[in-house]
Amino acid sequence: MTSKEIILGSIRRNRPAPGELPCLNESWTKFVDPRKKFIEVLESVGGKAIVARDQNDLAKQIESLPQIADAQTVASLVSGFGSRNIDVAAMDSPHGLSHVDVAILPGEFGVAENAAVWVTDRQVPLRVLYFLCQHLTLVIPAASIVDHMHAAYDRLIAHDRFGHDTATSRHFGVFIAGPSKTADIEQSLVIGAHGPRSLTVCLVEQC
Amino acid sequence: MRIGLFIPCYIDQFYPHVGLATLNLLESFGLQVEFPEEQTCCGQPMANAGVHDDARPLAKRFLNVFAGYKCIVSPSGSCVAMVRHHFEQVLGPSPELEYVAHKTFELCEFLTDVLKIDRLTGSFPHRVGLHQSCHGLRELRAASDSELVGPAFNKPRQLLASLTGIELTELSRPDECCGFGGLFAVSEEAVSCTMGLDRIADHERAGTEILTATDMSCLMHLDGLIRRQHKAIRVMHIAEIFAEARGINSADGLLA
Amino acid sequence: MTTNTTDHPTAAARFIANSDRMHWHDKAIWAARTRRDNASRSVPEWETLRELASRIKQHTMSRLDEYLEQFEANATRLGAQVHWARDAAEHNAIVAGILQQRGAKHVVKSKSMLTEECGLNPHLEQLGIEITDTDLGEWIVQLRHEHPSHIVTPAIHIMKEEVGQLFHEQLGTAAGATDPQYLVEAARKHLREKFLAAEVGITGVNFAVAETGGFVVCTNEGNADLGVSLPKVHIACMGIEKLIPRLTDLGVFLRLLARSATGQPITTYSSHFHGPRPGGELHIVLVDNRRSELLGSSDFQRTLKCIRCGACFNTCPVYRRSGGHSYGVTVGGPIGSIINAAREPKLHKSLPFASSLCGSCSDVCPVKIDLHQQLFVSRRHLASLGLVPKGKRFGITLAAAVFSRPRLYRLVGRLTRFGLRVLPRSLVYNRWNIWGRQRDLPPAPKYSFHELNRQRQRKDDAYK
Repeated sequence: MTSKEIILGSIRRNRPAPGELPCLNESWTKFVDPRKKFIEVLESVGGKAIVARDQNDLAKQIESLPQIADAQTVASLVSGFGSRNIDVAAMDSPHGLSHVDVAILPGEFGVAENAAVWVTDRQVPLRVLYFLCQHLTLVIPAASIVDHMHAAYDRLIAHDRFGHDTATSRHFGVFIAGPSKTADIEQSLVIGAHGPRSLTVCLVEQC
Repeated sequence: MRIGLFIPCYIDQFYPHVGLATLNLLESFGLQVEFPEEQTCCGQPMANAGVHDDARPLAKRFLNVFAGYKCIVSPSGSCVAMVRHHFEQVLGPSPELEYVAHKTFELCEFLTDVLKIDRLTGSFPHRVGLHQSCHGLRELRAASDSELVGPAFNKPRQLLASLTGIELTELSRPDECCGFGGLFAVSEEAVSCTMGLDRIADHERAGTEILTATDMSCLMHLDGLIRRQHKAIRVMHIAEIFAEARGINSADGLLA
Repeated sequence: MTTNTTDHPTAAARFIANSDRMHWHDKAIWAARTRRDNASRSVPEWETLRELASRIKQHTMSRLDEYLEQFEANATRLGAQVHWARDAAEHNAIVAGILQQRGAKHVVKSKSMLTEECGLNPHLEQLGIEITDTDLGEWIVQLRHEHPSHIVTPAIHIMKEEVGQLFHEQLGTAAGATDPQYLVEAARKHLREKFLAAEVGITGVNFAVAETGGFVVCTNEGNADLGVSLPKVHIACMGIEKLIPRLTDLGVFLRLLARSATGQPITTYSSHFHGPRPGGELHIVLVDNRRSELLGSSDFQRTLKCIRCGACFNTCPVYRRSGGHSYGVTVGGPIGSIINAAREPKLHKSLPFASSLCGSCSDVCPVKIDLHQQLFVSRRHLASLGLVPKGKRFGITLAAAVFSRPRLYRLVGRLTRFGLRVLPRSLVYNRWNIWGRQRDLPPAPKYSFHELNRQRQRKDDAYK
């Protein structure tokens, strides 16, 4: 017998009495102003929010970010803002991105209750870019912010068939909520652990 | 209504005045209270040690001793929790259990839930610190705890707060365990004492003059630490506070 | 994996002996509990979420075989390779096999209590494979050749001065430096090299989704993602109880996990892996290691709902004052005491008694495991196996015999109180009087309540 058969056999012999799988249509708490809540939570976890009217305004605001001024290498996959000293599309190995100072990447939507931004490798094939850069900037439509995680998964399932549709299913996705951090040394919060030292989320009103 | 008075073994032996205060207090509400003399122990220490075989006969005895009462009241949250929550595990389900166990109440919950008293008349002009005994809190739900998210309520505190002149102190950890835990007090002596000393320090910082609780076991442990350290805090069971506030002298006329 | 008998009381007493340090440890962890309280109170439907999480897990356990097969089918369809390990040894052999087949010598690993449980690191090190724990707390304990003392904050027992000293010796940071920012920066630089040089990345799994064949890894540092997005090979190790049925269930669990663990609304990264990345490999190792056996225990099956958040550790007044190492097992605290005593009762018989049964753990558990009730049941289990110490057992039986005989009880009571009143203090507070080490015994009254009540009745009768 294979280990699989042994394990499944053991489970079948030992299974507890059936219990129902609950259905999750509760009336979850919503926010009067999800965007305001998103920004409030983002700032409380050490992130920064920018609201831009449109693509032009976005480009201007990104340009004036302090980390951009100091950056040698900027990797952008957001239209309207070009890369600096790197051709991301030509990269074939994630290791080639190790010197990126700032990455400006598109996100799909935000979640108000925890300031999470859902990003995938669909538009960012070298997913390591989200984690390896020194400073991360994510851009999402301001109108894309949902209230809570249940709405987030509803959207992933309905809009994106995430995990289900064979064509799109082999995807990496991550909720990013703030800059990387650790409190492992005497519970002192330090922003900037192994991942990006900062996170700026740009909410664009007119895409 | 005939009330059966259940006095835990350690109160019977070491804190009889708590028993008297409870008895006098209940009678002051016009209740007919009887103390069945054959009672000894509910079996909690045995059950907590895992030795259900030794707890079982004591639990059975308890059901027999208290069979005839409409209501059973005790000045002890942990003993009542044993009866209401653990007797079934020890004995298995039974009709006597249904009848007796669910009619057994800790003193404060009896006052608020059965007698429907939310205010006590009486005066107790002292700074009182309420220790939230764990079994009363998290098993009997005599109050909302700091862990669950929900409406706040607190039966013992509400009754105390209604006394004239009383000042209830605010603790930094309102419901952390004192560390008595039954045999734990001896088998994990170092942890038990350090937990107790931390509770006392919290009360000292809060300005508590009199430390009270619904469980004399917690108070026995805390008082033991207080007296060894010669601290000024006094310990009184909540029944004693209520009785004193209402002008009932427990030992009146008795050789004690 | 442990082979030594845990003696929690002795280990706890040692920890407590350093009072300043013990109080520092207690305060630091209490702060985590406070953060959890603030976070949970900010979610009005918190108790609903707990109830749903409990029911989802309970349901999953009742159909675990079906969900595992569904998970395997979906994960395989996405291009992952699924392996099944009956026990720790098989898990280690599978992981080592994957590494050796690829000639991998440099491996990075993010936090995984399962791999700790299986003793993966020593196994790989024996084979000449360098494995670096990249979670900062795990890396610190790894450098110190210690075990983690907490499942979420592994280095919580270590002071910053000690980290400073460690980094000075091992990384060449400035002597006497204790600023966490400075130390983290040094760790960042050092570990970045490890990420870039790694040939394989190993992670744990927080939740595996049966309906999609994907799984989620939650971190704050970004170390799991760096560890698996640079090397081509990702090995994800999971206990079989980590399964949940649907993607939508993640909404419930991700709202509960970080708030319970650290008080954050969500971890910085909640990474969803569905299949390997293009050109890469994804291996998922499903580990039983006696979980299926626990499934069959009506007493302890509920512990399989655990999502390893650590909230029970943070709230436990005993854990906070005795430290994680005093439990002598990979996962200690309330949940670990139950699981380890259930699996190896002889070795861990002191653990279910390392509790005052205060019940705080049960009320913070996001999946509503009735932890304190389980500890109570654990004790019964140990007693039925004859594992209660003889002296204690004798004392209990003797007490029960006395309590069964009311007249004997009253006599023993009277004699005891008399003895306490007349015996000199030095005799009463002898070295066998453990209660009396730091506490006075209660004062011994002349009359018991029984006796005073009789007097009272005689007095009342006299007035009739």
